[in-house]
Amino acid sequence: MKKTETIFDIRDIRVTFDTPDGEVEAVRGVNMHVNAGETVAVVGESGSGKSQIMMAAMGLLAANGRAEGSATYRGQELIGLPRDRLNRIRGARITMIFQEPMTSLDPLYTIGRQISEPLMVHGGLSASAARARALQLLELVHIPEPERRLKSYPHELSGGQRQRVMIAMALANNPDLLIADEPTTALDVTIQAEILGLLAELQRKLGMAILFITHDLAIVEAFADRVYVMQHGRVVEEGTTREIFTRPTKDYTRMLLAAEPEGRKPPVPESAPILLDANRVSVTFQAKGGLFSPGFELKAVREVTLSLRAGQTVGIVGESGSGKSTFGRALLQLLPCEGRVVYQGTPIHGLGRAAMRPYRRNLQMVFQDPYGSLSPRMTVGEIITEGLLVHEPQLSARERAQAATEALKEVGLDPAMRNRFPHEFSGGQRQRIAIARAVVLKPTVIVLDEPTSALDRSVQKQIIALLRRIQDAYDLSFIFISHDLAVVRALADYTIVMKAGQVVEEGATDEVFERPKSAYTRNLMEAAFNLKQVLSRQAEARA
Amino acid sequence: MLGYVVRRLLGAIPTLFLVVTASFFLMRVAPGGPFDRERALEAKVLENLNRVFHLDKPLWEQYLRYLGNLARGDLGPSFIYRDFSVQELLASGLPISMQLGGLALLVALVFGCVLGCIAALRQNSWVDYGVVAVATFGITVPNFVVAPLLSLVFGVWLAMLPAGGWGGGSPANLVLPVITLALPQIAIVARLIRGSMIEALRSDHVRTARAYGLPARMIVIVHALRAACLPVVSYLGPAAAALLTGSVVVETIFGLPGIGRYFVQGALNRDYTLVMGTVIIIAVFVVVFNLIVDLLYALLDPRVRYD
Repeated sequence: MKKTETIFDIRDIRVTFDTPDGEVEAVRGVNMHVNAGETVAVVGESGSGKSQIMMAAMGLLAANGRAEGSATYRGQELIGLPRDRLNRIRGARITMIFQEPMTSLDPLYTIGRQISEPLMVHGGLSASAARARALQLLELVHIPEPERRLKSYPHELSGGQRQRVMIAMALANNPDLLIADEPTTALDVTIQAEILGLLAELQRKLGMAILFITHDLAIVEAFADRVYVMQHGRVVEEGTTREIFTRPTKDYTRMLLAAEPEGRKPPVPESAPILLDANRVSVTFQAKGGLFSPGFELKAVREVTLSLRAGQTVGIVGESGSGKSTFGRALLQLLPCEGRVVYQGTPIHGLGRAAMRPYRRNLQMVFQDPYGSLSPRMTVGEIITEGLLVHEPQLSARERAQAATEALKEVGLDPAMRNRFPHEFSGGQRQRIAIARAVVLKPTVIVLDEPTSALDRSVQKQIIALLRRIQDAYDLSFIFISHDLAVVRALADYTIVMKAGQVVEEGATDEVFERPKSAYTRNLMEAAFNLKQVLSRQAEARA
Repeated sequence: MLGYVVRRLLGAIPTLFLVVTASFFLMRVAPGGPFDRERALEAKVLENLNRVFHLDKPLWEQYLRYLGNLARGDLGPSFIYRDFSVQELLASGLPISMQLGGLALLVALVFGCVLGCIAALRQNSWVDYGVVAVATFGITVPNFVVAPLLSLVFGVWLAMLPAGGWGGGSPANLVLPVITLALPQIAIVARLIRGSMIEALRSDHVRTARAYGLPARMIVIVHALRAACLPVVSYLGPAAAALLTGSVVVETIFGLPGIGRYFVQGALNRDYTLVMGTVIIIAVFVVVFNLIVDLLYALLDPRVRYD
């Protein structure tokens, strides 16, 4: 049987980056191998070096990166191989798909052309033969209307479709090994299940090995034969998927396995006063006509109604493009909207900037991107106290510094850090800073827009604990927007499910999660919590 | 797309109208007049001149009269170059300025792109530093220094090329002015291309192209250069308009009969109609080139076509 033949073998690989702060060792001596036809997962949190191993083996390291050690493909050493010889292997025998479906394809060329290029370069196909093969490949990855899609540009496709195009490109030359670097991380859970199902189907059909890099253990469990667990540039544990999931031997692996957010929030009593009441809120975007296209209207949010009681956390879930973030912003009057929004008895919809200002301190927001939402030119102390300058102008500089100190302590950061700049902090720490910025104003309502989505599970868990603590300490009410169902289940006592700008289902969190009524919600729940089952059902359906 | 072009051109009419109006009144606000001399003209002569050129009428009437003439395509007579209408002056000078500017633009694009690409591909090597240093030099040294230097070295000392003059547009007479005009543009284009090329080479889709084993030449030319051209294209709109409508310094130093001189001479002499004529020409060029840039941009970048 061919299964035991090792096709990809990595021995004591090390990757070092020259940075202005000195050398950084991203990978510190890793051994791993992939046998023909098997699926191997490499798991680890961000910064564990899991992607850099593959970049090193494929000659794709950034200019300041250096690889040592050995990576062989069927006996052929790849490290240090001259580029023209490496080019005969990559794209032909070993192919890759990447995390970012939005940027991994060239925006300036049609997808037909991009799939054809490797076919013409490696397979020596003529342009028309390559095009015919590209069409077959698009059919293979189940892209609707493949004929028309050949002429489409990447920006005309959804994220999931782009990832299908990447897969088509990867399969073009019948590779031996497909390296998939977090291929579903940027996608919605339901799309993720489809893409994983597609990969599994194609693997059965074509027999290539898959090396799957991910931070998500649910994917590993549903998808992989063997697992390498990585931390700080080393493999800390390896074994078959069953072994790792049933008998993990290392603390780190156990921590990863237990990283799913835990706990539930009890509902607030019916008697709790309503703080924020939104009635039939709609948001419409006007798109201006382009060079070759007429303008159009996009109804991002359609008549969504929500009431938030004191001490309550309302979770809003939905896939990307469902309008959940837009709705969150419209609630705080950060976007023009139709409908009524009432805060503690006062209508605030349609208020101008100045009229809205007194309410702003009570209605705070925390954004998803911990990198983009903190000014890089202000110290953390300045960022946290900037709101006080507006809302409590009578405070002296000393009192503001005191407030910053307290807020930093509150979110679990060392107050001595307040004179540092955001870039000196990790993603999780930055999100704590963003929370401190909101909390320092002593608001009553905080809208949290995907605050944990850019973070590793273990960091996520800490942020969730922090949110719980400050909610109790300050009697806060949250609107928690997320596509991550596990986090919403842990934090929210009431859940709203949105799709295409509308509410498809709402109710007490337990109710929505345990007994979803709509098919849409059921699909979401299954893809998020029962990936393995979804994949095996997909496989059966095809068989 | 034709509809778009027509819309844009129609949209340019108010812009041009504003430009004409603003420059008309600004010119008139400036002290002095077209017939002021060190030794004042006789009162009767001045009165006659003013009457001939309608300068004795109220300002609003002059303005309406100018607009009326403009609508018929008449830019009026020049106040200083007697016997010439502004049209005649522009018709003789503009082709010369355009020829110089067009050649300079071509030279700037070819050399700028090549140098910028080489620098980007050899980032942080001595080649890169060399290109950046030369580019910085090219931008900082003003053309009124470069022009006489070139004229002196190649025209006088080495006597390889004419030191100045138009010479009926013979190629030898074009070399030095074109180089002078092109040098700073080469520098700017090279820097723009270098920057955007470095960014393009680091982008995810270039990584994809590498991961798929495409040859380096194909990656650079097909996948990186096209994206790297975009900022240059947007820069070229205003730059082309400025180059093609002539340069006062270069035309004066090399003694070329382009229209760049008319603008400054006209302004200094309060030759109202001549200044208005050149302003309108420049404004039209800016409008047209911005339109060309937008069309070119849409051609290069499919995302723009739908946004």
